[in-house]
Amino acid sequence: MGSTNSTLLKIPNVEVLMQETGFSPAHIIRLHDRFKALDKEGRGHLCPHDFGAIKELAMNPIGDRIIGAFFSPGKETVDFHTFVKILAHFRPVDKDRPKEPNSPEPINSRSNKLKFAFQLYDQDKDGKISRDELLQVLRAMLGMQVTDEQLESIADRTIQEADLDRDDAISFEEFRKSLEKINIDHKMSIRFLR
Amino acid sequence: MFFDQQKSVMAFLQHFALLLALIIVFSTSCKAVTLEVGSVEVGYNDSSKSSATEDTSTSINGSTDGHAPSVISTLPIVTWKWHHIETPYLVALWILTCWLCKLVCELNHNVTSVIPESGLLIILGFILGGIIWGADKAQTFKLIPTNFFYYLLPQIILDASYCMPNKLFFSNLGAILIHAIIGTCWNAATVGTALWACYEGGAMGTLNIGPLQFLLFGALISAVDPVAVIAVFEEVHVNEVLYILVFGESLLNDGVTVVLYNVFDAFVALGGPRIDAAEIFKGIFSFVVVAFGGSFLGIGFAILLSLLTRCTKHIQIIEAGFVFVVGYLAYLTAEMLSLSAILSITFCGICCQKYVNANMDEKSVTTVRHAMKLLANGSETMIFLFLGVTAIDTEIWVWNTGFILLTLLFVFIYRIIGTFLFTWMLNKFRLVPIEVIDQVVMSYGGLRGAVAYGLAALLDEDKIPEKNLMISTTLIVVYFTVILQGITMKPLVQWLKVKRAAHSDLKLIEKLNNRAFDHILAAVEDICGRIGDNWWTRGWNRFEENYISWLLMKPKARKNRDYLFSIFHKLNLEDAINYVSEGERQGSLAFSRSDEAANVDFKKQFGSEFADVMPNIMVDMSNYELGIEHFSVTSIVKDTIPSVSLDIHGQDRKNAMDDINAHHLLQQHLYRSRKHHRHKYSRSHFSINQNEDEVQEIFQRTMRSRLESFKSTKMGVNPAKKITKHHKKELTHKMPNGHPDGTGHLYGDEVDIAVGSETGAINSTFMRDTYTVGAGIENPVFLPDMDSPTHSPPWLMETEAVAPSQRAQRRLPWTPNRLRRLAPMRISTCSTDSFLMADVSLTLEEHEEHSQTDHVEMRPVFD
Repeated sequence: MGSTNSTLLKIPNVEVLMQETGFSPAHIIRLHDRFKALDKEGRGHLCPHDFGAIKELAMNPIGDRIIGAFFSPGKETVDFHTFVKILAHFRPVDKDRPKEPNSPEPINSRSNKLKFAFQLYDQDKDGKISRDELLQVLRAMLGMQVTDEQLESIADRTIQEADLDRDDAISFEEFRKSLEKINIDHKMSIRFLR
Repeated sequence: MFFDQQKSVMAFLQHFALLLALIIVFSTSCKAVTLEVGSVEVGYNDSSKSSATEDTSTSINGSTDGHAPSVISTLPIVTWKWHHIETPYLVALWILTCWLCKLVCELNHNVTSVIPESGLLIILGFILGGIIWGADKAQTFKLIPTNFFYYLLPQIILDASYCMPNKLFFSNLGAILIHAIIGTCWNAATVGTALWACYEGGAMGTLNIGPLQFLLFGALISAVDPVAVIAVFEEVHVNEVLYILVFGESLLNDGVTVVLYNVFDAFVALGGPRIDAAEIFKGIFSFVVVAFGGSFLGIGFAILLSLLTRCTKHIQIIEAGFVFVVGYLAYLTAEMLSLSAILSITFCGICCQKYVNANMDEKSVTTVRHAMKLLANGSETMIFLFLGVTAIDTEIWVWNTGFILLTLLFVFIYRIIGTFLFTWMLNKFRLVPIEVIDQVVMSYGGLRGAVAYGLAALLDEDKIPEKNLMISTTLIVVYFTVILQGITMKPLVQWLKVKRAAHSDLKLIEKLNNRAFDHILAAVEDICGRIGDNWWTRGWNRFEENYISWLLMKPKARKNRDYLFSIFHKLNLEDAINYVSEGERQGSLAFSRSDEAANVDFKKQFGSEFADVMPNIMVDMSNYELGIEHFSVTSIVKDTIPSVSLDIHGQDRKNAMDDINAHHLLQQHLYRSRKHHRHKYSRSHFSINQNEDEVQEIFQRTMRSRLESFKSTKMGVNPAKKITKHHKKELTHKMPNGHPDGTGHLYGDEVDIAVGSETGAINSTFMRDTYTVGAGIENPVFLPDMDSPTHSPPWLMETEAVAPSQRAQRRLPWTPNRLRRLAPMRISTCSTDSFLMADVSLTLEEHEEHSQTDHVEMRPVFD
């Protein structure tokens, strides 16, 4: 326990972080270890190329987008707090925890999880998934087997399904509506972060 | 209201009376026949004999009466040969009876919504059994374990496993296995020991049962029956996780039960005193070997089956049959090796489905699906009915209040305890815990069925003196669970507000995002640096894709089997079907020719704003469909008719002129299959009248016309413009003159050669598409005749006036241009013929205006 506390003490504002993310001390320590392992040069923050060094991630078709999600626009680095906060999106929702009436919406709420997914598509941050943005993701995920022509018709159809105001793009509201039936808590949660 | 109800009741009664009459006639005729033949009571049991003596008696009768060999005074014209056909006849009659019973059950939905079908069938079985009893005064028909295990059960298990939602199954595999294996052992052990304890405590009087027999009984009674469970849960529509848990558990649990049963059976045979630690260890070891051996055998057969279907391209008609035969062989082989047959066929079905479905022709896949449902549903019906029929027998009923009631109690209680216990343990590890309500339904859904009865009937009376008590207890447990729990399941689910299955339409965006989520989760796990579920999933998927698919799938199937794309394809097919059926429902197959129809939003979401969206799509299409814009752009501009409208009349008036054109185009350019004198029946092909040459020919024509349109665009013709006659002049001048027709000729010749002498008549059609002919003739319809009168096919001669006849007004059905949007991948070469539509408009007007010069140039080609 002594080592636990000493590690925790090294992290500034750890209490606030735990409160915001809902992670237990054990999680924070584990993530902190991981953070330090990724931060090979010991600068206290991570750069995109630190993420790029993860081999599996490089093979992920939308890996670069996910890396991009860690960096707020214009910033080249991510510190431990942001790192943990972003990972907190994937914490399963805990039902037993009493809900405080005026507490802010937790990071791992359904709509925050959805927002995370949405921004992966919406690369130009205009609040809409345009046809081109969708096409890029589709191309990355579907690979070589599908021709461009087919990709386009898939993209058209996808947009058509979600697009309620017929602007040929998917806004976040439309995105959320179209995924209403999906159990996001289930699909966007990782067990070991519980 | 009242009358309605009365009417339906009357109808029901009518049907029922009909059925009863049928049954009575049937059973009495059997009886009469047997008496007439003068045999001893023919104890016929379902489909084969139960005892050797009866067998011999029938065969004796058969030889004496059936053949009537010895003394005949005169040549008999017809003879009565009941014994020749007795067995198959009765089997067929029983199948008919069972299915008629199902028909009766399904007549009234008010009844089936209260009592599940399985329960109804059992009750009908009671009635039928009573009739037979009344006629024969003995039980002549009952469910025999051999028939059940070899002829009725396999297809049900195969169907259940072949249609198993794989992803759901494997993602919940842990929970399913825990419940199926440990849960079953727990049930068997606790029920057995608790009963034994009660027996020792004196609750059942004196019975000749030892502790091992109690355990054996506990094993057989713990078989949660997939047949019963599916039958009940299908009507309840619980959420998918709960469904897969109950369903998967019951499926695997059957296999486990049988294994457990065999182990305990061996222990009983061995006798109590000789069992020591080594034997117990051997028993456990055997349990593991039998269960896992059976599963691996099944996987082996799945691989075999997948490999087989890789090379059945040339025997498409019977390739569907392989699934059944190999599946059945998996079952029998496991039985032969004394491995778990149920587990074997289960895993065979689960593992092969993906590859088999990809390898086989789409039609065969449909065949398999339907045939499997037919077999499974059919035998399920028979099983339940016979469970009812079997009950009407004085011999098996041995009543022991203590034993029966205690069994019911323990079965129920330990099921609940077991479920809660194991779920509690599982929930510590599950991402999404199983809720308490779901646990209640799970434990309540422990329906016992025919497997338990079959196992009980298999008991050896020498070893277990109280066999009949066990059978009757099992039957009571089955009736209790299937009928009572089945009836109460639905109200319970409603009362507990169990999360129901959200019935939703297939949506591309959901599937797309599911895949994105998978990638995201895998990436986050990588970032966290921990090996989690998604890591394993991804690893398996990669392995599967790289090695297993490579081995088990046809290269072709492998190529275009992207999941998202197949969803897309499926959606498109649905839309196309909906579209056609909607058109037909509105009383006409006459589809609008204008391209709006092609882009109808089938969900009618677009409504009147359609036109806004259209240009976008049209531009996309224009990339690959050149000529089409001639129609589309104009029609969008002109027509403001809502997109969904299939009402053609509005457009008729406007586009009368277009119609006339279309009429010509259709007349001339739609492919007409020529009359071939071929066989009307073929055992090995469905499409008997489709000639290879014909397909080839259509393909050639299509390619040719596309080539032409390609050429024309290359020369700077802009087909997007509305082509008026003025434009036309330019265009047609350019076309033939600006380009040497050498290539065209060459191509044409090739086509002729390819098509061969048989299709010589089509020459004119080729030429007519693109080459202008007929000096000074204005009406294009007559052009072909001028072109090469001797060759022109007879149907062209028929075409006469250009008046907008009935036929002219008939709109073009789905042209491939439209279908293309629907299902870009699967368009066959056969249907692409109407691509001509696109180009033809150009050529037609060529015909009209500038024919002379071209004609001179072209002429040599024809000769």
